[in-house]
Formats: sequence, C-alpha cells, structure tokens
Amino acid sequence: MSQLWIAVIAVVAAPFVGGFLSGIDRRVTARLQGRYGPPIVQPFYDFFKLLGKGRIATSKTQFIWIISYLVFMIACLLFLVLQQDILLLVFLLGFAGISFVLAGFSTKSPYSHFGANRELLQILSYEPILLLFALGVYSQTGSFMISDILASEAPLLASIWPIFIALLVVLTIKMRKSPFDIATSHHGHQELVKGIMTEISGPYYALVTLTEWYELVLLLGIVALFWANPLWIGILIALAAFVLELFVDNINARMTGGWMVRFSWAVGLVLCIVTLTYWWIMKGVF
Amino acid sequence: MGIIQKSQVKSPWIMHFCNSSCNGCDIEVLASLTPLYDVERFGIVNMGNPKHADVLVVTGPVNYRTARVLKNLYDQIPDPKMVIAVGACASTGGVFHNCYNILGGVDKVLPVDVYVPGCAARPEAIIDGVVLALQKLSKAVGVAK
Repeated sequence: MSQLWIAVIAVVAAPFVGGFLSGIDRRVTARLQGRYGPPIVQPFYDFFKLLGKGRIATSKTQFIWIISYLVFMIACLLFLVLQQDILLLVFLLGFAGISFVLAGFSTKSPYSHFGANRELLQILSYEPILLLFALGVYSQTGSFMISDILASEAPLLASIWPIFIALLVVLTIKMRKSPFDIATSHHGHQELVKGIMTEISGPYYALVTLTEWYELVLLLGIVALFWANPLWIGILIALAAFVLELFVDNINARMTGGWMVRFSWAVGLVLCIVTLTYWWIMKGVF
Repeated sequence: MGIIQKSQVKSPWIMHFCNSSCNGCDIEVLASLTPLYDVERFGIVNMGNPKHADVLVVTGPVNYRTARVLKNLYDQIPDPKMVIAVGACASTGGVFHNCYNILGGVDKVLPVDVYVPGCAARPEAIIDGVVLALQKLSKAVGVAK
C-alpha cells in the first residue's frame, strides 16, 4: 500500500518539480545573458496556454506516439521511485526516446524527419553510456536493483566517479542543452525550424513539455543515486549538476550531430570502459 | 476565469513575418527581443514556426506575392490568435500606397487586431502594441472586464 502512495505522489509531484526547475532554468539563463527573465511560473503558463490551443492534426499516428512517450517516461519514473531494476529503467528510457522519434517520423514534413534522424543520433550517443552506468552500479553493489544502491553505505561517486562525468554528458543531451541540442533546442533558444517539434503543436506540444519535466526529474534522480546514503547529499549533487548544465548551455554554441556522437563516445564511453575495467581487475566482478 | 484563459494572456508566442518592407520595422521587432527591452519578461518568445505561435506580427505592405503566403501562415496558427500590423506600411501601405504591385495594408488580407504606427515603429511602440493585443485577447476570453 505504501508503494502505491509513493507512486501516486511521484507522478503528481514530478511535473511541479520539473516545471519549477525549468522556470529557474529560464530565469538563470536570462540573468546570465544580462536580461531580467520571465517569472518562475512561466513554464506553467506556457503549458496551460498550449493545452487551450486549437488542435491541428497533420498525422493521427503522431498523437499515439507522443502519448506513449509520456506513458513510458512515467513508467521510468515509477521504476526509480519504487526502487526497481536500473537496467530495465535504461531500456524503458530507450523505448520512450524511440517513441518520440517515431512521433517525428509519422508526419510528412521533411523538417520533422530531419529532427527525428537527429534524435536518433542523440539516442545513439547517450544510450551506451546509460547501459554502462548500469553495469558500473552492478560492479559496486552486485545487483541491478536501485533498492540495493540505497541500502549500500559507500557512495557510488567515490568508486565510479568517471561514470558520473559521463552521465553529465548524458544529462546535457537529454536536457537539450547546447552544445548537444541537436534534434530541437531547449525552450529558451529561438530557431527558424524547430526540428522534431516542427509538426507538434497545441495540446500535444503541452504533452511533450510535460514529458520533458518528468524526464528532468528522472535524470536528476538518477544523478542523485551517486550519493544515495544519505540521499539529501545526492539531491544536492543533482541540483549542482543542474546548475552546471545551465552554465554549460550558456557558454557553448550548438555543435553538429557527428561531433556529438564522436565526443560522447570518445569521452563518455572511454571513461565508462576504463572504470569498468579497473573494477574488473580490482574486484573480479562480472 | 479559468487557468487556461489566464495563461493565454501570460504567454504570447509571437511569429514575425516580413511582407515587402524595407526591413526597418523588422530590425525594430528583433530589437525588442534584445536584453535592453527583454520582452521575455512578459512571456513573449519569438517563434519561427506558425504552429507554435499565438500572435502574428506583420511588417511591410502586402503585395500580390506575399498575400497568399501571409494567408497560409495565418491559417497554420492554431486558435486563439491575434494579428499585429507593425509600422505605417503594414497598417495602410505607407509610402508604397497605390503602387502597381501593392494590395495595401495587412487588413486587406487578414483581420488585424492592433495597428502599431511609426516609420520605423519603435520597440516601445511594438511592445505597447503586443500589450494592447493581450488586453483585447483577455477581454475576448473573459479574463478582464
């Protein structure tokens, strides 16, 4: 019964936390650019306005994929808060990403197709790192369960810190921040053709925004697992990582998709593999 | 007064379209997005895509070429939507009035909500125009009296 309550509270509270964080994001970004910036609750205004907009249907399949993007993201969050298997969480997150790609591919607009192809490149960049992160967790706790991470005394950050650095790259990609805002830019950036979002409008844009809030909370939760005991230090680390992303966003220009794949594989994958090899030699796990 | 109606007034995303103007007004529209004026304070964001926009900001007189593009863009904006004609040319045709290729102001093609005067219109006047359009919208959706 208590598990059910945790799940309900997480599903209800996560959009508020995510929306509030993205409001802080827009405010901090504006201050870094020498502007005053919108009110903190501006993302909620945007969300409710989009819900009230008229529906323009270019493809009905797209709506199904957008809804499945939302549903799989909520499922990922439930896996995290109910302390389930982190490997399955990574696979579910991958399928959520693929749903969004299929939403982009299900219209006829070539801009949407370009965006979807670029989103695939992003998945290619971050998915192996997340998978190796799950292996890194296994090398320390001997299981893939999140409950075992929370039960263990030694923080993951002390033993597999290179994977933490790789995960920061994943965080930049997933938050759609420069230099990795390849498929579409984050809200604060203004661009001519909005990549994968080109054909998504009105209430469906609102659903994608809602999914991104869930995604933000989920990813910060995963970052917080690096210092799971006590958890409040982990949450502070996650918030610090969030602020770091805002700075990275504002001091970088957008790079090309190929550069993103090369960077995330050359830095992220190498860091993960070196860490895993080290622990394989030291502890003989796997 | 619902939360959706209140949000519609708080979050106008503008799309900017240049008919056949001298680009004077376009530069002023973009100037109002800079840190000096910072219209994002009011939730105003410049969108490149009509499907995401709420307010269509048009500069320059309508000619026979741009008329159908303008109509197409207007049709792609989901309801509720507003149109703001920025500058003397967009309002009446301006110095291009009665030219052989010019239809006239934007109101020859679209229902215009707010006219912003000036040649070129100053950023303050443009922001004032957007605020006027929002007041009109809030009256239409029943937020204000």
